[in-house]
Amino acid sequence: MDNQVKLSQDSLPIFEALEKQALDRLVHFDVPGHKGGRGNKDLKKYLGETCVKLDVNSMKPLDNLCHPSSVIKDAQDLTAELFGADEAFFIANGTTAAVQAMIMASCKAGDKIIMPRNVHRSAINALVINGAVPVYVNPGTDKKLGIPLGMAFEDVKKAIEENPDAKAVMVNNPTYYGICSDIKAIVEEAHKHGMLVLADEAHGTHFYFGEGLPISAMAAGADMSSVSMHKTGGSLTQSSILLTRNTVNPDYVRQIINLTQTTSASYLLLSSLDIARRNLYRNGKEIYAKAKELACYAREEINQIGGYYAFGEELINGNDIYDFDPIKLSVYTRDTGLAGIEVYDYLRDEYGIQIEFGDIGNILAIVSGGERRIEIERLLAALTEIKRNHEQSTKGMFDHEYINPQIIMPPQKAFYSDTEAVRLEKSENRICGEFVMCYPPGIPILAPGERITKEIINYTFYAKEKGCMMLGTEDMSMEYINVVAETKNKVLSGIDD
Amino acid sequence: MDLWYTDNHTDNVRFSMKVSKQLFSEESYFQKIEILQTEDYGKVLVLDGELFTTQRDEFVYHEMVVHVPMAVHPDIKKVLVIGGGDGGTVRELTKYSTIEVIDLVELDKKLVEASREYLPELSCKLDDPRVNIYFEEGIRFVRMVRNEYDLIIVDCADPYGPAEGLFTKEFYGVCMNALKEDGILINQHESPFYSQHAKSVQLAHRNIQSAFECSMLYQCHIPSYPSGHWLFGFASKKYHPIDDMDADAWNKLGIKTKYYNTDLHKGAFYLPTYVKDLLGLQ
Repeated sequence: MDNQVKLSQDSLPIFEALEKQALDRLVHFDVPGHKGGRGNKDLKKYLGETCVKLDVNSMKPLDNLCHPSSVIKDAQDLTAELFGADEAFFIANGTTAAVQAMIMASCKAGDKIIMPRNVHRSAINALVINGAVPVYVNPGTDKKLGIPLGMAFEDVKKAIEENPDAKAVMVNNPTYYGICSDIKAIVEEAHKHGMLVLADEAHGTHFYFGEGLPISAMAAGADMSSVSMHKTGGSLTQSSILLTRNTVNPDYVRQIINLTQTTSASYLLLSSLDIARRNLYRNGKEIYAKAKELACYAREEINQIGGYYAFGEELINGNDIYDFDPIKLSVYTRDTGLAGIEVYDYLRDEYGIQIEFGDIGNILAIVSGGERRIEIERLLAALTEIKRNHEQSTKGMFDHEYINPQIIMPPQKAFYSDTEAVRLEKSENRICGEFVMCYPPGIPILAPGERITKEIINYTFYAKEKGCMMLGTEDMSMEYINVVAETKNKVLSGIDD
Repeated sequence: MDLWYTDNHTDNVRFSMKVSKQLFSEESYFQKIEILQTEDYGKVLVLDGELFTTQRDEFVYHEMVVHVPMAVHPDIKKVLVIGGGDGGTVRELTKYSTIEVIDLVELDKKLVEASREYLPELSCKLDDPRVNIYFEEGIRFVRMVRNEYDLIIVDCADPYGPAEGLFTKEFYGVCMNALKEDGILINQHESPFYSQHAKSVQLAHRNIQSAFECSMLYQCHIPSYPSGHWLFGFASKKYHPIDDMDADAWNKLGIKTKYYNTDLHKGAFYLPTYVKDLLGLQ
């Protein structure tokens, strides 16, 4: 292996191996049982011949994701090189799996991890699974926009100093809305105290390629990062990468990934990561320059319609909005008298335009450079029309601000406690035993172990009424919520055991 | 050697014409533009492989989008043409001395340049002093305008290429807003005959109805277009296309036409049963 010629970024190790084995006309007595579509003709008819032909199982010439040693390893090495990491791991279970692997590779049961509360559910899920304990840094909040921001550096520093035994600090780079913390300063401070920095870059793939964009986690010196290649990087949905630096043991990370990752990773997903990596190498700069130009154009035009506020770099305050991702097209809608989710519904139902999400006060449109100019124009015209046809008084709108949670119990303990289902409206003051969230964005309103307050109950009802997709609770209709059963011991013992 | 150009009318139906010479071929930023000299249809403009207009039958299209509204609204002074880079619609509009301003918004500058050079029969009036040409997205141009035009004519290709934004609900909405209180919108509406296009007719009609109180379809016969049976939409906040037509006034203008006349105007709004069924008008 030492004599191996260094592969070029122009090669596609996984895809080329797939093509080669297809030419070898192998006879398949292995899974998958559809055997290139012959065993299920409908699959070939509906998904296409190329797709079913590429859907093969791990075999010697195609390597194995659980133990990469040939073509997958090559593809991962190329990815690491391109992203400025020491190692890259391909993930076939979504960025959720990457985030969980980062946390589980840096914390054991009972270990502390410092994180903002507005993490994706996957991060708190990891805490439920492995028993690490969160130390939440309250993200800043923008009172007008009603959204959680980044973490102020001083707050992170304080959390680090107050919890010198914490193992890691997690940072959203950026948040769903495009807001960045000062990740570089956080890395320096965390490293000074022997803590790892884990970045959730689910919405930050482009930071590695664009110009005039916030700094990427690897460039900032973070130890691990989960990068959703499938979100804005051009690979297939559910494919993702985990990047690490030499400050963590890659073999241990691989072991952790293999605790939960599928042993039948799809070669459609893996080869899509390979193809997306090469595309970013060749065209990334140009793609994101176009995306930025389109998003900035749309932002300016939206701000001229009136009633909408497409926020951008003017929010940057060097603190809890340390930087802003100009490719995120987030629009505050409440001055039109419409909740974000209402604008979201009008766009889809009346104008045939699907955006990423609408929450109480905002909508988010994802621009990735794959759009045509006419589509941006359609969005702008539709927003103009929605305002003209549906604008209403802002009276009676829920004056929502980000609600800081009261944490009573670690997530794992609460989730696995004896719980009882009570009606949501009757759950005030109880300790939540499960998750409640709007999806997207998938940031929990309540996580296991948190106090249910009147404010949170009202917010949940309002979001439901406005048509947000609510999920997380065992009761799919979210009329009931699981709360920790009120045995004396549990409530009294609280967080300290 | 026989050289034939084929326009796919549907996946299973083709329309071919013998080509004597290719006059022009260039890829613009938006589309591939080709102009062919054919035996029976004269010069033919082809965009992305699809027939856009022919010298032989363009008069039907351009007369029908211009003279129908002009015979209804007596006082049209300011007109917006969206698309129409070949110049045919503008040529018809310039026949009216009462029109003061004609704004043409065409996405593709190359298309206008090619028409000027190779299709003077259509583009001959683009230099009329009343004509202003803007090269940008029609939907953007209209979005910026309020209460400005007496007539908007949407002269575009089918809804699957660069013109797709011109068949949407938001586009008709911003057009409504750009028109004066008594303004008229005329739009290309595809053919009701083949099922693929029929869906576009239904959708465009539904979208336009959401923005205008009066929205009616009228038909004409364009031999080189799929099925030859073609529809246009007439939408207005005030005028009825038949009740408000003043035939005497229009005939007094003495405008020369090859297809349009005021009798045909009335008849064009009487649609075949299958079209009424398609649009849910029965």
